[in-house]
Amino acid sequence: MEQEYYFDNGATTRTDPQVAAVITDMLVNCYGNPSSLHRKGLEAQLRMDTARRQLAALMGCEAKNLTFTSGATEANNLAIFGAVYARRHGGKKIITTAFEHSSVLAPIQQLEREGYQVVRISPDRQGNISAQSVIDAVDEDTVLVSCMMVNNELGSILPIEQIARGTRRKNPNTFLHCDAVQALGKLPFKASRLGIDAMAVSGHKIHGPKGIGALYLREGARILPRTFGGEQEKRLRPGTENAAYIVGFGEASRLMQQNGKRYMQQITQCNQRLRQLLDGKESIVFHAPENALPTILNFSVLGIRSEIMLHFLEQKGICVSSGSACAKGAKSHVLSALGLTGQEIDSALRVGFSHENTLEQVEILANAILEGQKVIKR
Amino acid sequence: MKEIILLKDGEIALKGLNRYSFEDTMIKNVKRRLSSLGRFRFYKAQSTIYIEPMEDGLDMDEAVERLKKVFGIAAISRACIAQKDWEDICRLAPEYLAQQLEQAKTFKVNAKRSDKRFPLKSPEICAELGAILLEQFPHLKVDVKNPEITVTVEIRDYAAYIHADQIPGPGGMPVGSSGNAALLLSGGIDSPVAGYMMAKRGLELCAVHFVSPPYTSDRAKLKVIELAHILTDYCGRIRLHVVNLTRIQETIKERCPEDLFTVVMRRFMMKIAERIAQQENCQALVTGESLAQVASQTVQAIACTDAATVMPVLRPVIGMDKEEIIKIARSIGTFETSIQPYEDCCTVFTPKHPKTKPTLSMLIEAEAAIQDYQQLVDTAVSTVEVITVTHEGAKGYLE
Repeated sequence: MEQEYYFDNGATTRTDPQVAAVITDMLVNCYGNPSSLHRKGLEAQLRMDTARRQLAALMGCEAKNLTFTSGATEANNLAIFGAVYARRHGGKKIITTAFEHSSVLAPIQQLEREGYQVVRISPDRQGNISAQSVIDAVDEDTVLVSCMMVNNELGSILPIEQIARGTRRKNPNTFLHCDAVQALGKLPFKASRLGIDAMAVSGHKIHGPKGIGALYLREGARILPRTFGGEQEKRLRPGTENAAYIVGFGEASRLMQQNGKRYMQQITQCNQRLRQLLDGKESIVFHAPENALPTILNFSVLGIRSEIMLHFLEQKGICVSSGSACAKGAKSHVLSALGLTGQEIDSALRVGFSHENTLEQVEILANAILEGQKVIKR
Repeated sequence: MKEIILLKDGEIALKGLNRYSFEDTMIKNVKRRLSSLGRFRFYKAQSTIYIEPMEDGLDMDEAVERLKKVFGIAAISRACIAQKDWEDICRLAPEYLAQQLEQAKTFKVNAKRSDKRFPLKSPEICAELGAILLEQFPHLKVDVKNPEITVTVEIRDYAAYIHADQIPGPGGMPVGSSGNAALLLSGGIDSPVAGYMMAKRGLELCAVHFVSPPYTSDRAKLKVIELAHILTDYCGRIRLHVVNLTRIQETIKERCPEDLFTVVMRRFMMKIAERIAQQENCQALVTGESLAQVASQTVQAIACTDAATVMPVLRPVIGMDKEEIIKIARSIGTFETSIQPYEDCCTVFTPKHPKTKPTLSMLIEAEAAIQDYQQLVDTAVSTVEVITVTHEGAKGYLE
């Protein structure tokens, strides 16, 4: 089989074989409905309870404050619509950033169509957003502030705690939501100490399965459900629980908790190596801010369209991204928000590292990019 | 900048010769509670216990959260260590407390100079540091009567410590300093509260829970394990004894008058709990009975239950209203678990019209119909399942 060099870990990660084994065991052996009264049901529930605690430990919150969903998109939708609709008589203003993930941007766009006023804070040229710029926009009429913790294309880290504190001081009734998909397990934080009301996370960015996510809700933070049915997940997310994937998410969280530091060391080394190898090379421009999370490195190979370079690398078994995978190749709104030139945006590549990448792989990637620069006709 | 946690003990300090053994018990409990967070150094001096982190990146927030639940601690201060050098203090105070000072509107400085060799006297420390803070945080105002934040500088033997307001501790006596007791833990709201209250007075607890399958489910048992788990934050490790009461309940139902069912059953429970308590070296039983709450908690019924055991039965919530008990249950975090709707063994076979004023003679007569009484108790005691519940969980149930 052809060698595989997977550098698109911002889009998704390989499911850890240990996680896959746990999922198979759940599907085949522990298949009871967690709501069933008999032993088979209880077994499944107990395994799910354990998973909830494992994820809670990784997120720094209590297990009872977590609701499992089908992914972060659902969690973001649930938090945003759920919070705003529960505060119909609250304000009419929503504050977010210009470079959120589409699963936050789109629900807020929908609310805008429904009559809410939306303020989108733009990052600076480096891709950073200051706490003050968000806080300044908060007023009495602000019902929701939604900010990501780490940007999925740049790795920029947003000062969530300061944003939360400042927002609270100006308007204690504002609901604070945080999309922490790219931060989970990679950036140390404690959800319950950030001063936020809600936080969305996803399983498949930490070597868990796709199709599972969770929403953290602060004790006492009220939102309305988006779907109605049984009593699962405290009625916030009815429907028979995806027990197998929940348990898989738990196992992935446990592994991340156990090995996270080591994983991040490996990731940091890979990131630094790639920067080193490409730094100063002609027509290569880095976009990630200085203090970005090393899981992501974004740069342009000027003059070569991202997609062409992507497919060139693909021929060598190398996978990178031309932007956020969820945008399926559309022009990146994140890079546009930075104010990059059209040429820079068209030639941007996103490398997403995981602990499974090695320095040798990074060298192969760098060489391939430099080769592509020579070979690809402009 | 290095942080440290200072603990002030409350009631213990008032004790006479036993004071040091109480303090040692408390330190032992504190060590056990913090051990999973990393390495700390513990020492005591000037009626204060010092907890110094010995590695970088220890979770000090979590440490404080855990200490808020260790009985015997009257107050917790999270401080920054400075050299006993005026410049060092003036440099560190604004830096360490920046976040809190930014958010406050008024403040004052409080100085405690137990090391009298320090060149500045307390009022001088207050005045000069106050001026420095005002300069760096111009939005602040001094309010000596009712400040939002009090900046305290303590000049002690080893170093100077700078901290904002103290966090109140849970008070009480260190768990283990008053002996051992067996808590009858039902799964309801009251018994976990009773256990919490007696642990606060220094008792180390084991727990006894009764199940009656198939009338009660595994989920009901799990709920009790969860309750015990919540209590471990306060009480430390709890050995939970799960007693099968099915055979006994069926026998009572068969042979005794219906209206005495509950009291006969409670006497069985007391006898079984007493036996377990003896095995576990306990000196008392603890129950969550509250006078007149239900038919078996009238003073007459309690007299009959009491007569079943020679051990003292401690009932800390006996004089409390349900609302008062619920308030504590909420504050210690057991309430939500307690109200999960699973049938427990106290509600199995409950009579429609229980006798509210039973007498001991009635009971002795009723129990005479159970010829194998002792044997039933023996079997229940010998088939008990012991589940060790710790902060980490319970093997096989909470992992």
